[in-house]
Amino acid sequence: MSVLVPLAPNPDAALARFNPVAKIAAAGIVMVGLLLTLDPVTPALLLGLELLLVPATGVSVAVLARRTWPLLVGAAGVAVANLIVVDGGETLWSLGPLEVTSDGVDAAVAVSLRVLAIALPGILVLATTNPMDLADALVQRWHLPARFAYGALAALRLLPLLANDWAQVSRARRARGLDPGRSPVGHLRAFAAQVLAVLVAAVRRGVRLATAMEARGFGATGVPRTMAREQPLLARDWWLLAGTTAAVLAATAVSVAVGAWRPPFA
Amino acid sequence: MLLLGRSGAGKSTLLAALAGLLDPSDAGEQEGAVLLDGRAAREARARAGLVLQDPESALVMGRAGDDVAFGLENRGVAPAEIWPRVDEALAAVGFPYGRDAATSALSGGEQQRLALAGIVALRPGLLLLDEVTANLDPAGVALVREVLADVLGSTGATAVIVEHRVEQVVGLATRAVVLEPGGGVLADGSPAEVFGSQGAGLAAAGVWVPGRHPAVRREATAPAGPDLVRGQAVRFRYPAASRDALAPTDLDLRAGTAVALTGPNGAGKSTLALAMAGLLRPTGGEVRAQPALDPPQPPRPLWRWRGRDLVSRIGTVFQDPEHQIVTATVRDELTIGPRRAGATDAAAGARADELLERLGLARLAGANPHTLSGGEKRRLSVATAVATSPRVVVADEPTFGQDSRTWAELVELLADLRDAGCGLLLVTHDETLVEALADRTVTMTSLPR
Repeated sequence: MSVLVPLAPNPDAALARFNPVAKIAAAGIVMVGLLLTLDPVTPALLLGLELLLVPATGVSVAVLARRTWPLLVGAAGVAVANLIVVDGGETLWSLGPLEVTSDGVDAAVAVSLRVLAIALPGILVLATTNPMDLADALVQRWHLPARFAYGALAALRLLPLLANDWAQVSRARRARGLDPGRSPVGHLRAFAAQVLAVLVAAVRRGVRLATAMEARGFGATGVPRTMAREQPLLARDWWLLAGTTAAVLAATAVSVAVGAWRPPFA
Repeated sequence: MLLLGRSGAGKSTLLAALAGLLDPSDAGEQEGAVLLDGRAAREARARAGLVLQDPESALVMGRAGDDVAFGLENRGVAPAEIWPRVDEALAAVGFPYGRDAATSALSGGEQQRLALAGIVALRPGLLLLDEVTANLDPAGVALVREVLADVLGSTGATAVIVEHRVEQVVGLATRAVVLEPGGGVLADGSPAEVFGSQGAGLAAAGVWVPGRHPAVRREATAPAGPDLVRGQAVRFRYPAASRDALAPTDLDLRAGTAVALTGPNGAGKSTLALAMAGLLRPTGGEVRAQPALDPPQPPRPLWRWRGRDLVSRIGTVFQDPEHQIVTATVRDELTIGPRRAGATDAAAGARADELLERLGLARLAGANPHTLSGGEKRRLSVATAVATSPRVVVADEPTFGQDSRTWAELVELLADLRDAGCGLLLVTHDETLVEALADRTVTMTSLPR
């Protein structure tokens, strides 16, 4: 459940200084560049550049890996599926009906590089963005409704409390002799009961929080909301977008030059 | 103004109405009107500020200053004015840290002060305080009381205060109003007059009237028995945390004794209690059951016991009673433990009925536990913990939210358990409970931050 606890971004990290929406746009540019090709060269080059940025997050690699393991598992899963499913070229290894071919290896490498190169920018954004700055920027620059942005922000604050609720509910069940035992059915039932109990707790907390927010004028109509903090787009934010665009174009150019670039619908 | 009344008199509902937060479209029935400065309370919301019991779910932002600014932004205060008003409000409540302090790292008392600053910054003419000291340790209560006195003095605002333990705030009040359940005002006057004329009746109805406490010292009837559970150098640290949530602590629990575990919020009392109940694996040290508890064989540390072995030997009352609700009716809550421990349905049912009767929950036997009031849930959670007649009871704030009558009933129940040879470990801020029951008090100290 520790995945639920938001990462506290280091405000002094180089990447933390950019406007959150500029970072999101930059991640979007990388994604577009990678959706236009199926080759392994473009994502490999971009992934290399992205990895160079990891120290600029101010978060240690170990922490980042611990928080993003589901992604790594997912990329590995996609790779294995491609290894097995894609046929063609030489057979490298076989076991009964399972066959690993050279085309399969190529596909697995390309797809997993792509997944990682698209996802890593998103992780860099999350790891370097204070959720409140993100909400401010989304409201001020992209005109997201304040009700939605700050409502979600407040809900985010409840997540660590929910992780605690989860632990307490499972203890309470054990204290009453309701631990799941050894059978998988028992585990499933205990899990369902626990999810329900935590949901009830979440709703109650949510209602209390909503009352407290309403008591402070949140969601009131009539007075236009003001902003205590500015999230301006500065020159460095535009440089971030220009640099990202240049990097994507350069990686694509290299890929085209070596003859690897391959659009999906060709 | 102190707003008094027995449990269920509608105190919190009246506060919500004054804050303009009652939505007529949600109401089954609504009569009468609440006017602030001659306008309907719903239209005059900006004149009132409501502070609630649980600061943890009242804070919206991650940083203290941003949280205070939140209300000002919602009310459309000009950006240039916001930060001066934030600083002013933080100073008014004596907030000890800067605007950048992380709200999640604050103690309960500090969080409640911050929540108060968030309201004070809005400069309400009417402050509504709904049991704002209930979750706090004695130091936190003192802190909030001081701040209230300052703020009321400097702003000239009116405050309406609902508080369970009236003596915490009675010094602030110039007027006391007693609500009559079912409608109407029973008494209205200075606190001295109201407590003088109505004190006996209020106390009989369960209101904690200053100077009329039900406190009766219940001594143990037998000398302490053998050790039941022994914790040695028990230590706990959350994964990835930089400091211990519980510093190494020794604690023995003997049969026929009541040990009170006290100390400020954050000292690790609840953590130690969970470890002593076998529900938390200590990071260091060990909690072991002693032979008198008849531990299952082969012997192993308490945290590795099966639930079925725990339920018949150790009963636990959790800090938040909602965490321990596992069934859909109040009566099922009480029968499930004994049945898991191997009792027949008839025996489990008889025990359940006895506890329901004793703790004033009989009329709620078929109700969904989630629909109970806070005080009722607390009593239910104590009842579920003792339903299997365990040798050890570990209870985190067992008297929370009780009126003076149900409080006395709980103390009786716990004292009877002790007389029957049970070892009680009571985590509590309730000094009256400690005076009434504790044979030994262990005071934990705050860990350095």
